[in-house]
Amino acid sequence: MSGAEITFWIAAPLMVIAAALGLLVFRKAVYSALCIAFVMINLAVLYASLDAMFLTFVQIIVYTGAIMMLFLFVLMLVGVDTPDSMVETLKGQRGSAIAAAIGLLGLIVFGIAGALNGGPKVGLDAANAAYGGNVESLAALIFGRYVFIFELTSALLITAAIGAMVLGQHARTKPKATQADRAAERMRRYAADGVHPGTLPNSGVLARHNSIATPALLPDGSVSDASVSPTLVSRGVIVDAPAMSQITASAFDQVETAQEEDQ
Amino acid sequence: MSPDNYLYLAAALFAIGTAGVMLRRNALVAFMSVELMLNAANLAMVAFASARGNLDGQVATFFVMVVAAAEVVVGLSIIITIYRTRRSTSVDAANLLKL
Repeated sequence: MSGAEITFWIAAPLMVIAAALGLLVFRKAVYSALCIAFVMINLAVLYASLDAMFLTFVQIIVYTGAIMMLFLFVLMLVGVDTPDSMVETLKGQRGSAIAAAIGLLGLIVFGIAGALNGGPKVGLDAANAAYGGNVESLAALIFGRYVFIFELTSALLITAAIGAMVLGQHARTKPKATQADRAAERMRRYAADGVHPGTLPNSGVLARHNSIATPALLPDGSVSDASVSPTLVSRGVIVDAPAMSQITASAFDQVETAQEEDQ
Repeated sequence: MSPDNYLYLAAALFAIGTAGVMLRRNALVAFMSVELMLNAANLAMVAFASARGNLDGQVATFFVMVVAAAEVVVGLSIIITIYRTRRSTSVDAANLLKL
């Protein structure tokens, strides 16, 4: 068994399992993205075993490093917990899709098997050595015979970049509120509902607590609801401020009684 | 090693990618399946380049990668644009081209 064969029989089953798991089994899109990134790395290994060193590194840098990580960015952007619905919109679509995929596999495999003549493998040693190495020989082709296609890809890349910028823009559905608009809105609410137009009160500063979860106490000793964030209230992490202030009050009482006893 | 096994592997990956496109409702996963199909074709071309002893297959693979990179950028921005208006990446939710 040659080194290329050993590489193949290690990488190929891993790739097929990872691709099938990632695309067909896992419901979470992040798992799918990581499985496909794994498949891309294995493909790079196979390219290396096929004497394509340039493509090995392009595969790792462009596919695993750029494309799959872009997929991950977008997944994080649109919310990783966006559920993948299991509802079959078309009746029997899942079964027929699997049958069609197996049929396609059979078609391609038997088509390949029928067309192969088992000819000897030429190998790339001579082709790679023609200009001194794989990268140099590829460069001779890309900047020689295929130079016009290479120029056309620049137009493609510029179009794609402009397209992404245009699609990335988003038109506001309503105009952005300016500072004057927000001030007018506060005054309108003050006139209509009597909501205080100024800043909200700070959180409470007590002897043992001054975190933002500590509500401020009003002069009559009651809790000011506006002094803590509603998020903290709904989480139930608000400190019991009146009980905290009782500690201070009892400490003052003890000090005062001690002073009276001294006198 | 003859290219047969590489071609069978490419066929298997291509079939898995096809099944993924047909089965998954999440537009991002369907898009990843398309990427896998492109990669399966790339693998076949690199295997043929090695078997035939010339580098044209590798050049073709290189150009496929360039096209795939451009395609991913535009495709993902389309998915984000659709998500912005519909709050969903399900392919079932997008049944109109307009908002």
